[in-house]
Amino acid sequence: MDLKGKKITVHDMCLRDGMHPKRHQISVDDMVVIARAMNDAGVPLIEVTHGDGLGGASVNYGFPAASDEAYLKAVCDAVDTTKVSALLLPGIGTVDDLKMAVDCGISTIRVATHCSEADVAEQHLTVAAKMKHLDTVGFLMMAHMLDPDQLLVQLQKMEDYGANCVYITDSAGYMLPEDVTERVALARAELRPETEIGFHGHHNLAMGVANSIAAVAAGANRVDGSMAGLGAGAGNTPLEVFLAVCERMGIQTGVDLFKAMDIAEDLIVPLMDQQVRVGRDALSLGYAGVYSSFLLFAKRSAAKYKLSSRDILLELGRRGTVGGQEDMIEDLALDMAKARDACVGACRA
Amino acid sequence: MSETIKAAIIGPGNIGTDLLMKAQRSALIEPVWMVGVDPDSPGLARANSMGLKTTADGVEGMAPHMREDDVKICFDATSAYVHADNSRRVQEQGAVMIDLTPAAIGPFCVPPVNLADAVAERAMNVNMVTCGGQATIPLVAAVSRVQEVSYAEIIATVSSKSAGPGTRKNIDEFTRTTARGIEDCGGAKSGKAIIIINPAEPPLIMRDTVHCLTLGDPDEEQIRQSVNAMIAEVQKYVPGYTLKNGPVFDGNRVSMYLEVEGLGDFLPRYAGNLDIMTAAGLRTAEMYAEEMLAGTFVPAAA
Repeated sequence: MDLKGKKITVHDMCLRDGMHPKRHQISVDDMVVIARAMNDAGVPLIEVTHGDGLGGASVNYGFPAASDEAYLKAVCDAVDTTKVSALLLPGIGTVDDLKMAVDCGISTIRVATHCSEADVAEQHLTVAAKMKHLDTVGFLMMAHMLDPDQLLVQLQKMEDYGANCVYITDSAGYMLPEDVTERVALARAELRPETEIGFHGHHNLAMGVANSIAAVAAGANRVDGSMAGLGAGAGNTPLEVFLAVCERMGIQTGVDLFKAMDIAEDLIVPLMDQQVRVGRDALSLGYAGVYSSFLLFAKRSAAKYKLSSRDILLELGRRGTVGGQEDMIEDLALDMAKARDACVGACRA
Repeated sequence: MSETIKAAIIGPGNIGTDLLMKAQRSALIEPVWMVGVDPDSPGLARANSMGLKTTADGVEGMAPHMREDDVKICFDATSAYVHADNSRRVQEQGAVMIDLTPAAIGPFCVPPVNLADAVAERAMNVNMVTCGGQATIPLVAAVSRVQEVSYAEIIATVSSKSAGPGTRKNIDEFTRTTARGIEDCGGAKSGKAIIIINPAEPPLIMRDTVHCLTLGDPDEEQIRQSVNAMIAEVQKYVPGYTLKNGPVFDGNRVSMYLEVEGLGDFLPRYAGNLDIMTAAGLRTAEMYAEEMLAGTFVPAAA
């Protein structure tokens, strides 16, 4: 595979997807320090928002240490060449949030829906596409749940609503490289040539880097990752590792590899509350195709109701849950605890 | 046959048709018009075969006939964007508008919480909030009538098949209108609404989660009683309204997990989100009809 000379844009997720393992508690000051270091390393684009996007502050997903507005203003002020994006999930955030983020100085808005539900993004993508100089991205989550043909239809909808870039998002870290290749290649063949294609991976099966390279080889030119992998589940594609592979292959990212390695080692790893790695639960996510940010919620409910977090995650997969259904986790745990107690009661009787 | 109030349904889609089927069982409401904009709409053809007058020219096509046909109540099951115009036109003809879109230009109405107030105020336009609002606001109110709720949040999960193009295009209106309903009608100081659309097959029955943060420790016993009483009220018009888990008490968080199964009239049973809207809309209309038939409320043309 010769990708020498291919130019791509990498997009760091530490300050958005990385909010999940931090329970949305990264401080504004830490964000500013990290953003400046990203700027210094030449990272072209970084995402900053509550882990669940604009408006994610809630009982359901967790209340963050600061408001989206406070984070975005501080980070946008702290960078000069690095640009800032915000994520928006229709049904959680609204066009009002989008406008607020634009006022704070973002250059990219990413509107995310479940892979089969692109049309709920019409309202937001249409508004964004009309805004001057706003890079408008459609982001299809849990993309493993649709076959390539069905996924293409949804990508085309987002393109029609005005997205100049569309993402195939492996929210569960379930895909294998050939799954990525099929989806990206078909999209590249069928979407308008000027439409950019992006890939967002999770590392639950340790496929983040391999999947991202497969995406680039199949025609994607934007790749999400996060330094030291700070992100939901086993984290995102570890960006410094991906950058090293890109350098070896001659793929041009414009990012200083050693500075990226230093950010990962000196700034991000010390920030972690727990190791972001392929542990038993993160592996269960990738194995069963479950939304990565369910990880800590499943662990908490498992501890509270004395259940196995792996059993909870596997059942969430069987029920076909999608991104955002964090409320189902305690509900399911209560059902499982009831069933167990009924069984214990019956056995004793 | 006892006296009835004649009604029109605007919007011959899934909601309008389900409402029509429910209204045909009503002792108080007699649906006489179905209004659409597409002459090829299967909903219009169905209404026509059920003996209703129909038009594909929108409210304009019905308005000239409303007085001679004695239409006193209209239901709007179209979209937030066209509702204000529809409402103005039917009110000019002296009919009360029951708004099933999230436009929310009239006062909110959640039957077990404040229907009596809306009728007492003789409002000419009442809004049914949203499906998520109808499903969850009763429980927010059930907690807030026991003690102050500083914040309430609801998560409505609906099956992809039950979320029509109107809901999808109006998703921001859903979150905004539901959040406002949680405050105005549910009695929470501050409200937030989240909607999730799930494409799983077979389609999942509507699920709703209600989180209330109480001011001070929650009075568990009183809240349990109040919640159970409220659920019994909603079950009077939506029998498949069930508390699956909770209330869970965790510090000052009170969480309730609901399932809303529909009656399966026109819409499938999993679409409890749509069923609770049509059932609540009809219940509202019936209460207006009682007042009209008793002569205590004569709607005046606006």
